[in-house]
Amino acid sequence: MTIAMQWHDWLALFGQYLLLSLLSISGAITTVPDMHRYLVAQHGWLTDAQFSSSVAIAQAAPGPNVLFVALMGWNVGLNAGGGIGAGPMAWLLGFFGLMVTMVGIMVPSTTLTYFATRWGHRNRTRREVRAFKQGMAPVVVGLLIATGWVLAAGNHAGNAPAWHLWLLTGVAALIVWRTRIHLLWLLGAGALLGAVGFV
Amino acid sequence: MHPSPSGAAAPPDHPQPRSPRDLFVSFTWLALQGFGGVLAIVQREMVEKKKWLTPEQFLEDWAVAQVMPGPNVINLGLMIGDRYFGLRGALAAVAGMLTIPLVVILALAVLYAHYAANPQVAGALRGMGAVSGGLIAATGIKLLPQLRRHPLGFATCLAFVALVFGAIAGLKVPLGWVLLAVGGVACVWTWRKIAP
Repeated sequence: MTIAMQWHDWLALFGQYLLLSLLSISGAITTVPDMHRYLVAQHGWLTDAQFSSSVAIAQAAPGPNVLFVALMGWNVGLNAGGGIGAGPMAWLLGFFGLMVTMVGIMVPSTTLTYFATRWGHRNRTRREVRAFKQGMAPVVVGLLIATGWVLAAGNHAGNAPAWHLWLLTGVAALIVWRTRIHLLWLLGAGALLGAVGFV
Repeated sequence: MHPSPSGAAAPPDHPQPRSPRDLFVSFTWLALQGFGGVLAIVQREMVEKKKWLTPEQFLEDWAVAQVMPGPNVINLGLMIGDRYFGLRGALAAVAGMLTIPLVVILALAVLYAHYAANPQVAGALRGMGAVSGGLIAATGIKLLPQLRRHPLGFATCLAFVALVFGAIAGLKVPLGWVLLAVGGVACVWTWRKIAP
């Protein structure tokens, strides 16, 4: 896929990610639907397949999930340069696109968090601040368990829910809960079981 | 109540990062272990291994990181880095979490173009996804005992945990509403309980 990106297109892309950054309460993943609307439906800068593979690869790869944003920028740049086969100029544009989306999604939220948490820390003995932090504790625990559940259930998309997958998720949770085994062993075991077709 | 010990107030026996470079390396290593999200690894590395955070601090910091905009683990790294080395520490932690993983993910994206159709690759990704769900759920389960010392009492806390789980995993309520409604009630209730 080849697209034409003018400088004002890049600027608009940057502005959109600056805005989404401030809306990404509880993680960039919550802004995925809006990114799809902007990049795929409205501007046609990415194909549907490029969009969903960007999210899927970031989920499977090591590192924070927000890196899916980098892959989106990378793909927009590649498309602007005529595709990955078009040579170094396309890769350079891909890298430029990656910086545009990553800087856009990171700077506003981290700046806000930096100053807000400093304020919170200076005022940590105030009753409101303590009530907020302690009051949120049970909510956070519930969210963590729910996130694990949603991620595990997401693997079933497309095919019938498989008890093998739930068993694997449950056993992994039990082992992490009860032992101090290194987490990479568990992920490796999951990859192996998947590759040989057990799950 | 125990306001979190930190910064200059931290006791000397409390393990701390040695330098911004230590933060960068630690968070790089941490991010590279985090398949499908870094959260489970943060808890294992920062709380259980390096002990830079107590479980109580992790829970409190995580709550703040969760309600601020931006990726949660990035926010958490920013807060930990800032606490020990100010802006330099915050930048070191965030850069550590992003730089090398970014290189890795680009390499994977290029590889993926070749092997996407391979059923073994798809199966391995599925298996790793199932495991990573279990890892994150276990992170939450391991924090449950911390709630025993909560001002609202253990039983009330468990009810809040169940309510949040049901709303997110069962009813698919948008997260913002859950934080606002359930979180709001929990915070106001706690505020009343810790009256001086």
